[in-house]
Amino acid sequence: MADLTAYRAVLASRVRAQTTYRLSFGLDLLGALLVGLVELAETWVVFSQVDVLGGLDFGGVLLVFGLANICFSVADLLVGHLDRLPRYIREGTIDVFYLRPQPLLAQLVTSEISLRRLTRIGVGVAALVAGLVANEIPDPLRAAAVVGLALVFGTLIFCALFVSAAGCQFWLVNGAEFTNAFTYGGSYAASQPTSVFGTGLKITFGFVVPAAFVGYLPTLVVLGQPGPALLPAWLAWFLPVAALWSCLLAGLLWRAGVRHYQGAGG
Amino acid sequence: MPGAVVEVDRLVREFTVREPVPGRRLRRRARRVRAVDEMTFTVGPGEAVGYIGANGAGKSTTIKMLAGILVPTSGSVRTCGLEPIGERRTLSRRIGVVFGQRSQLWWDLPLSESFAILGAIHRLEPDALASRRAELVEELELADFWSTPVRQLSLGQRRRAEVAAALLHRPELVVLDEPTIGLDVLSKQRLREFLVHERRTRGTTLLLTTHDMGDVERLCERVLVVDHGRLAYDGTLSGLGATVAAERILVVDLAEPVADLQVPGTRHLGSEGEGVRQRLAFDPATTTAAAVLTAVQTRAEVRDLSVAEPDVEDVVRRLWARNRAVGAGGRPGSA
Repeated sequence: MADLTAYRAVLASRVRAQTTYRLSFGLDLLGALLVGLVELAETWVVFSQVDVLGGLDFGGVLLVFGLANICFSVADLLVGHLDRLPRYIREGTIDVFYLRPQPLLAQLVTSEISLRRLTRIGVGVAALVAGLVANEIPDPLRAAAVVGLALVFGTLIFCALFVSAAGCQFWLVNGAEFTNAFTYGGSYAASQPTSVFGTGLKITFGFVVPAAFVGYLPTLVVLGQPGPALLPAWLAWFLPVAALWSCLLAGLLWRAGVRHYQGAGG
Repeated sequence: MPGAVVEVDRLVREFTVREPVPGRRLRRRARRVRAVDEMTFTVGPGEAVGYIGANGAGKSTTIKMLAGILVPTSGSVRTCGLEPIGERRTLSRRIGVVFGQRSQLWWDLPLSESFAILGAIHRLEPDALASRRAELVEELELADFWSTPVRQLSLGQRRRAEVAAALLHRPELVVLDEPTIGLDVLSKQRLREFLVHERRTRGTTLLLTTHDMGDVERLCERVLVVDHGRLAYDGTLSGLGATVAAERILVVDLAEPVADLQVPGTRHLGSEGEGVRQRLAFDPATTTAAAVLTAVQTRAEVRDLSVAEPDVEDVVRRLWARNRAVGAGGRPGSA
């Protein structure tokens, strides 16, 4: 696969470049760690006031938080740098990617890798492990299966969300704030028990931007809870479908964006 | 033309510009602007073509359509016999593009690493990569800064590296967008010599946009002048030179104010400071700067002088003015 050599060569150089300056790399890692810890602390503060939130206790919410954070951070590490697209478009550097014999999206995704997210993934893993230890799990086998499913397809859902946001950037050039509302907002929604939201938001994060599939629904399966009216626990087994839907949406938005940039539609 | 490297036929590209409506703060009016207007030309294999025109004349837009970055609004374009948009990835292996203002190198990596990555991107065999790289390092004199991160290179060094990067995969068509912009005389000279050599040894087709008449004179046999998206001239450089391009401008500072100088074989362009500084245009094919100066000295004492080459903007402006004088729609000197 000669094609993969090209991507590997770029990525390897990015890793080298980021790790060359030890101190700055260390500070990057520390910064990401602090962000993760602050978010965890936020959840913990809520539970110092209440015992149960949206049907889950602190142990349950730790599971939601852990799953959502791992998936989001891995996606951010892999494709988060797509949010630089507006800069590439403004400065015209996007043109350089058009002059290379690889697909545009594949080039952009492999043009960078945000290693500093590693510590944030660490926070997510710690929360997930703590959640699994703290809770009584009726069926460990089912729990393992659904957690595995959530980690793989949840990451895919967030990757798709980043690509969708980038696709919109071709129109919005300065709209990074707007699309961040979907990526970071989606991450926030995923790390909350979806049951706390009203019906409108439940549908939005259950079925349009399927954030509930990442943390909340798998947690219900792990804990053996039935779930609320609109979001029954068994939906968690449809994670691959939710991921497929996200990817389809992302593909359409990206294609439309590229077409718009090239001017076929405008 | 069979085997043409670039074939452009009635190419049109429009953009939508949104501009504020006077008096209505929040309203925007959409207006269609033609950046490229019914452009038709062909470039054969091995030709060296200067594509010149003022800022905003539509040069970069045309190049982007040739390279598969922009879709034409109408008309057709074929590059290396391929459809640029549909066959972009195949085309990218056969053309090399240097944008004077944007980099395809990695700013935090040394050239040694950048070229290894580019080799992988273009899937060059290790042997082919090594021999081509050695060639480029030698001819463009990259060896001294081969291990320095790109961000620490001077403008001239970086530009040479950019040209090497675009030519690494031995493209048959090389498009250069303002290749010498901002470079000092020596760096310009070096880059031009390299391009002449590359073309002579490999038969590479060159298409370059520039504001520098020196680039055109030393690199191109054929000139396309574009103005407001339209082709204003297509022909040899000497054909263009015979009309307007070859003019030089002598600027003289005189000891005291003198009435506008009338020197045979020159055109008086203007006077400043009541005639202390005067500008005379002359054609070096019919007279010399020395002869003009001698003639001036018979009329006034010369304190200082300079000779300027017209830039591309001058050429286009005069070509266009003459065009209109001859009659609208005419294409002077069509070859």
